[in-house]
Amino acid sequence: MTESPSSEPEPPSPKPRAAAGNGMRLVVPLQGVVQGRGGLILGSLIPCALFYFLQLYLKRHRSPKPPASSSNPPSPSSSSPNLGDLARTSSRSNLLGRGSIVPVRLSSRGMAIAKPNDSPYYVGLDKVAGDRFHRVDNPEGIIQLGLSENTLCFDLIERWMKENLMDSLMGGDGAELSINGMATYQPFDGLMELKVAMADFMSRVMGKGVSFNPSQMVLMAGATPAIEILTFCLADHGNAFLIPTPYYPGFDRDIKFRTGVELIPVHCRSTDNFMLTVTALDQAYNQARKRGLKVRGILFSNPSNPVGNILSRETLYELLDFAQEKNIHIISDEIFAGSLYGTAEEFVSVAEIIEGEEFDKSRVHIIYGLSKDLSLPGFRVGVVYSYNENVLAAAKRLTRFSSISAPTQRLLISMLSDAKFIEEYIETNRKRIRRMYDLFVGGLDQLGIRCAKSSGGLYCWADMSVLIALYSEKGELELWDKLLNVGKVNVTPGSACHCIEPGWFRCCFTALAEEDVPLVMERIGKVAEMCKSGH
Amino acid sequence: MAIELEQQPKPAAVALSRIAVSETHGEDSPYFAGWKAYDENPYDELTNPSGVIQMGLAENQVSFDLLEDFLERHSEAATWGKGATAGFRDNALFQDYHGLKSFRGAMASFMEQIRGGRARFDPDRVVLTAGATAANELLTFILANPGDALLIPTPYYPGFDRDLRWRTGVQIVPIHCHSSNNFQITESALHAAYDDAVSRGLTVRGVLITNPSNPLGATVQRAALEQILDFAVAKNIHLVSDEIYSGSTFSSAEFVSIAEVLESRGSRHVDRERVHIVYSLSKDLGLPGFRVGTIYSYNDAVVTTARRMSSFTLISSQTQHLLACMLSDQEFTADYIKTNRERLRRRYDVIIAGLRRAGIECLRGNAGLFCWMNLGPLLKESTKEGELALWNLIVRDVRLNISPGSSCHCSEPGWFRVCFANMSEATLDVALNRLHRFVDEYRQRTGSS
Repeated sequence: MTESPSSEPEPPSPKPRAAAGNGMRLVVPLQGVVQGRGGLILGSLIPCALFYFLQLYLKRHRSPKPPASSSNPPSPSSSSPNLGDLARTSSRSNLLGRGSIVPVRLSSRGMAIAKPNDSPYYVGLDKVAGDRFHRVDNPEGIIQLGLSENTLCFDLIERWMKENLMDSLMGGDGAELSINGMATYQPFDGLMELKVAMADFMSRVMGKGVSFNPSQMVLMAGATPAIEILTFCLADHGNAFLIPTPYYPGFDRDIKFRTGVELIPVHCRSTDNFMLTVTALDQAYNQARKRGLKVRGILFSNPSNPVGNILSRETLYELLDFAQEKNIHIISDEIFAGSLYGTAEEFVSVAEIIEGEEFDKSRVHIIYGLSKDLSLPGFRVGVVYSYNENVLAAAKRLTRFSSISAPTQRLLISMLSDAKFIEEYIETNRKRIRRMYDLFVGGLDQLGIRCAKSSGGLYCWADMSVLIALYSEKGELELWDKLLNVGKVNVTPGSACHCIEPGWFRCCFTALAEEDVPLVMERIGKVAEMCKSGH
Repeated sequence: MAIELEQQPKPAAVALSRIAVSETHGEDSPYFAGWKAYDENPYDELTNPSGVIQMGLAENQVSFDLLEDFLERHSEAATWGKGATAGFRDNALFQDYHGLKSFRGAMASFMEQIRGGRARFDPDRVVLTAGATAANELLTFILANPGDALLIPTPYYPGFDRDLRWRTGVQIVPIHCHSSNNFQITESALHAAYDDAVSRGLTVRGVLITNPSNPLGATVQRAALEQILDFAVAKNIHLVSDEIYSGSTFSSAEFVSIAEVLESRGSRHVDRERVHIVYSLSKDLGLPGFRVGTIYSYNDAVVTTARRMSSFTLISSQTQHLLACMLSDQEFTADYIKTNRERLRRRYDVIIAGLRRAGIECLRGNAGLFCWMNLGPLLKESTKEGELALWNLIVRDVRLNISPGSSCHCSEPGWFRVCFANMSEATLDVALNRLHRFVDEYRQRTGSS
């Protein structure tokens, strides 16, 4: 007589097995009955009957019974996330056995974020984290070209730290290290001194064609909360922003996650060098209207990410006109404004365009931060700059959820106020980015891979469509996979950036040392060879 | 800001979101009106001795010297190692939402020390946020949908109305507590609140308690914690325990964390995974400017989700490094915790004695940076209006900014929260004298006792 549970789908809980054990104890003495008297019939009937009753016992105790105390089974309330979730949790309770409760639920926002993110952008970052290239310690590791980080000028910052750090924290004169000034509650939207220093920095970085007013600035812990806070102020749940593609993959999370605001892609093409046109904008706007979506604004990055274009004055004027005509907002993400390598074009901030003009400035907002231009992403420093008093007031209040840490504010006030250092830094940074750009893009060129024309950012936008077998997103992702797992190079595929043409990849080159470039080219070249020979 | 000259009819003004124009920030409530009065006329011992004394801000300034002393002896905390630059590069680039491992470990061990080792904390369950304000909002986003409800015992921290509701769209349903039993949470109050929510068509997602309580300044009893946990299990909802004042209990033995209750019950996984603890260094360590908060959750999905969402509210890596050094020094932290407690208790004794001399009684407290004062006997009418009238007098004439119980949703008028740890002893003395004089005159004038 075998244990009965084996003929049923095996539940993991120990309880049914205990019951089976009891069944066994009953069955074994019966063998005596069977072998002794009663014969075959009794010998088979009685175990069968016992088996039958055992099944009944198991069935009754497997169904989810509420525990003794007055509990309510989870009711499918009108606001329950979705019934799919409900069904899943109910079946789990069947497996947990008697007296169990359905696990407590998260919100629908929570459930959405709990799922693993399968965008190649994030998958690639995770893979590198597990096997990061290091020239000495891990020469076979994955080289990171998927994160726009700049390590080219840390020597300058380190030198500044060595000479100035203690003073900056102590407040000069070798005074006692006092935290009193920075320990207490500070204005959530940042110290005025930091706003002043930041306004000056932005002005220097953007070519001095424009000055920024510290009173129009709200500071928070990074450009990530900056764009989210601004979105919360400008649009309601279910509204939309127009955004030119390809765009930074992080926006899908940063903007949509908690605000519920949609992003409507405005597709740009290689024939235009991925420059935004008002025709495309208009088309996308009208299509959105037809779908019943309320467009609240246009969001663009300038210099753009991932392409690296900078918008011309004419285009900026056109965008402002368009926004005025439709009565919507303009958000210009200028976080890469200081990371320029082009010499042909000059970066122009939207702030410079509207200065002294007849535009309704209340619709214009700028996002900035120190993660790219000053290479300090860990310190969490972001800016919302706006011409709209009401936006400033609301954004200010929202910074309580994402303030910059006081010691960091102190350090940066000191650093950003050191005009001589900042000028040297900005200039040296540009030179070094230019040098890496030439090396990198030149290297790709030698492999037969062309890049889009670009002037800024920490990356180039490479056309690898010649290498893909199938001219589609699938083909592109296959190439991405080969580059990552065979070539051991992490790049960001265009599909993760919503690019409408397959085969484009963003390659960040400012976290490399010059001597690593040949190795990168060798690895990419190897994959290129593989693709050309049909593998 | 430049003002444009109007030469043409202006186009329609561009609209903002509902959240931007909503009043949920609550800045027009009396709680914040008192702050405005202070901002306009702040007390200063030397330069403005007749100014408004800020007794509405729960900030801990009694133990700064201990922190400064540590930083002086350990400058490498502030400078990334000897020579000011070792480790700086990696730190400056570090924006991983997992947070610095060393810092998470230090936070976990600090939380253990505060609880006298009676609970263990796993560093991998520590999620970092820029302050407890962010932690509470984040948890609300994760545990509840817009329109759902959280049950919160009254009186509660006025900031919750804004922090938990504003962007999340979640509602708060009060669990009414009364002075008759020292404002302790009862089972019937829990049920009444739940039923009230349900009758209004709301889905209850969790209970949020603050332990030790703000504004009561008292710890929640173990028996009440057990009851609340049982209730949460029975209703299959979450339990958030904001333990931000855990290190400010006057004696370690009197604080029981929900973590201890879980551990002593040997709870099943389905019971544990509804519990989440919020903590911060703003009160116990007196470092609100540093913006350091944490969510400790027994629920894996909540930990994962909270971590991802913390991208919007990361702690500066510089600060994580600094505090990792400080909080890993267990000798320092043990001494700090002990000394801080003693100093807070002394302050508490001073204020209670001072108020008693003025004939004012307070709720018996054992924690926090404030006391819960009863001016009920002084009210002309025992109503919210009566309370606000008295409060107005106190802010305007006595020039003390204290927080009226109505802004904390207290069900009984006449209670006020009075902070005592954000000023020098001398200033506290001045405040107590002013209050004493006011009460004497007021009683003479109104003939009340």
